[in-house]
Amino acid sequence: MNQPDLRLWIIPLLPLVGTAINGLFGRRFKNSMVATVALLFTGASFAYALWAALQGSHLSLPHVEQLPFPWIWTSTFQAPFGFYLDQLSTVMMLIVTGVGFLIHVYSVGYMAHEGGYYRFFSYLNLFMFFMLTLVLANNYLLMFVGWEGVGLASYLLIGFFFLKDSAANAGKKAFIVNRIGDFAFLLGMFLLIQHFKSLDFSAVFENVSKLSPETGWGLLTATALLLMIGATGKSAQVPLYVWLPDAMEGPTPVSALIHAATMVTAGIYMIARSNPLFSRAPHALEVVAIIGCITAIFAATMGLAQTDIKRVLAYSTVSQLGYMFLACGVMAYSAAIFHLMTHAFFKALLFLGAGSVIHAVGGEQDMRRMGGLRKLTPWTFWVMTVATFTIAGTPGLSGFFSKDQILWKAYSSPGHGNWILWAVAVATAGLTSFYMFRLWFMTFFGELRLGSVDIGEEAHSPHAPAQAQHTAASHSHGHADDQSHGHGSVHESPPVMIAPLVVLAILSVVGGYIGVPQALGGSNKFDQYLSNVVKPPSEAMPAGEHPGEPAPQAAEENSERTTELVFTGVSVGVAAFGFFLAWLLYYKRPELPDRITSRIHGLYSLVKNKYYIDELYGLLFVKPLLAISTHVFWRGVDQGVIDGTVNGAASVSKGIGKGLRHIQSGNIRSYAAWVAAGGAAVIAYMIYLGVR
Amino acid sequence: MVPLSWYLILSAILFALGVSAFLLKRNIITIFMSIELMLNAVNLSFVAFANYWNQHGSKLALSGQVFVFFVMVVAAAEAAVGLAIIIAVFRTRETLNVDRVNLLKL
Repeated sequence: MNQPDLRLWIIPLLPLVGTAINGLFGRRFKNSMVATVALLFTGASFAYALWAALQGSHLSLPHVEQLPFPWIWTSTFQAPFGFYLDQLSTVMMLIVTGVGFLIHVYSVGYMAHEGGYYRFFSYLNLFMFFMLTLVLANNYLLMFVGWEGVGLASYLLIGFFFLKDSAANAGKKAFIVNRIGDFAFLLGMFLLIQHFKSLDFSAVFENVSKLSPETGWGLLTATALLLMIGATGKSAQVPLYVWLPDAMEGPTPVSALIHAATMVTAGIYMIARSNPLFSRAPHALEVVAIIGCITAIFAATMGLAQTDIKRVLAYSTVSQLGYMFLACGVMAYSAAIFHLMTHAFFKALLFLGAGSVIHAVGGEQDMRRMGGLRKLTPWTFWVMTVATFTIAGTPGLSGFFSKDQILWKAYSSPGHGNWILWAVAVATAGLTSFYMFRLWFMTFFGELRLGSVDIGEEAHSPHAPAQAQHTAASHSHGHADDQSHGHGSVHESPPVMIAPLVVLAILSVVGGYIGVPQALGGSNKFDQYLSNVVKPPSEAMPAGEHPGEPAPQAAEENSERTTELVFTGVSVGVAAFGFFLAWLLYYKRPELPDRITSRIHGLYSLVKNKYYIDELYGLLFVKPLLAISTHVFWRGVDQGVIDGTVNGAASVSKGIGKGLRHIQSGNIRSYAAWVAAGGAAVIAYMIYLGVR
Repeated sequence: MVPLSWYLILSAILFALGVSAFLLKRNIITIFMSIELMLNAVNLSFVAFANYWNQHGSKLALSGQVFVFFVMVVAAAEAAVGLAIIIAVFRTRETLNVDRVNLLKL
């Protein structure tokens, strides 16, 4: 290989060094020192990633580098420490390091009053290390290492306030639910090893691209489905999304970094990375699209009735991830990655803005106690405004371009898109707009209701006891710990928190212009940039299905363009309607929502309690599992068989000892009797010999 | 002519009686006597064999006779020592029941 050595391994290694320094010595450092170390290594990683990306633009991609020493080296299977740089991993690497760095900066201010400062930054850097490993790996196995590692970091950070039961339980829940997906991911890898003898991206995809698309349910479909289940776990899709809302127990920067911008998009990245595989398994793609669609609308409706500002954003994240899944499912991988990127900007901004709000009102997370913050926290208000308009899909902002591309592909993608997917996605867009503006109006407009609204126990009682089993105590008193944020009256956040918000706001605004679709007069540079990675298999379509190649193209393109514009108009209209509804209900006539909810109380409480999915899972999986564990594995196997064997051996030898003890009585005459019996036995034997 | 087996059977019966008495009796003097009975049962088989070999003209005949004398001497010595111990035990404990004499310490 005559390509230059970019030493890509340095990119993930830098945060790891930060972890090691802060983790080992951070306890003795001052807070400012801890922050310096963490920022230095993350920033350096970002800078190096930028440099590598620039270098990479001169190289022929994909550019693969391997460390000089092997990792697993057997005669039939090899896995190196290899790094894979192509357009896709470049984008991901820049998102992870860039957004990650901004969130690190923000955390310096946000976590200033919390204990365990060094621990926090050590975990955060650890997360960066694993995430970069995941993104840059050149084989599935190394990717899986990163995959599991980010799960670990996520677990540690969700349970950061580990003295709080709810946080510790949420961490466990996230970890365990993710294991289910990881199990499927592993099985998928085993299938790949069995059939392609390798987990190397280049090797697997080369082999795969020789196969023609599967029409039925074969090997490729099975593998793709298993990988997809892995992705549903990590990317919080139906049915494994339940961990993400609870993951909001972690500190807000963690929610922004891990549970919005980067880690949860790992599943999308994995599917996009495996696109040669998925594109040849149409049935698997169908499943991906359907799951994405269901997740998008399902999570959006759940977001409607949440009152915790972070939970609204959590459901919004699940819903947006559903969009990305949908995009993958209709083979619009570049649209998925595009949305992944813009989503990373605006959702990180939303979470950090929400963190700034929570910081401002002294640890309160219930939106019903907020309001009127527009004047009190002007900077936060403006960046949140940008973010809200972006996610709602206001034309001209980044969220509009990426979402619109997904919506269009959901309809138009040849062989995969149809109007049902599109309709569901548009409905989701409307819901998104509604709940985001609801959040916006409740938080920033009207009067500040801090402490004046009595909503405590009565409002929380419906789900507090029911949830207690898996998510522990209701969050209303759970967040009492965060009250340490409060120092006096409502105040704007310090500059160190505002600066990243402003940068992210700018990115949210301009980030979309690299991917303006042709229909809107752009050239969709992003799509072209990624086209090398995600090019659809030319033989993916049966020849007849790709109608009229050269001649009618211009006309068709023209009419297609018009259709696309109409569709865009519809989705913008739906979003505007969501805005109007939110304006009406939460600004103009704030007494209306209560009347409406009391009118449709049953439906409302169903949505508010998240369709009782947690309870359902508790009933279907957790309880039977606990029962089996208790009665079969604990009482039966452990106590019965294992303990029984050990105790049985002991009691058998005890019984034998008890019997044998009688011949050692210390009574001389009993010894004499034994001697006599022995003599008699000898004589009897000799007589027997003689008689025989 | 009495055959050899008769002597041996008698000797075995005497020996068995001795063993039984040794095991079952509580009185130390009876136990002592049962030991003598066992010794004499053995002596009987010695002389019976001696007589047997004598009739068949073997030189082993004398050995049996001589051995009986040895046993008698040892038995006499043992009786002297044993009876002395029994008298000493009786003086200190005023009992001859062996079950009460199971401790060296008083």
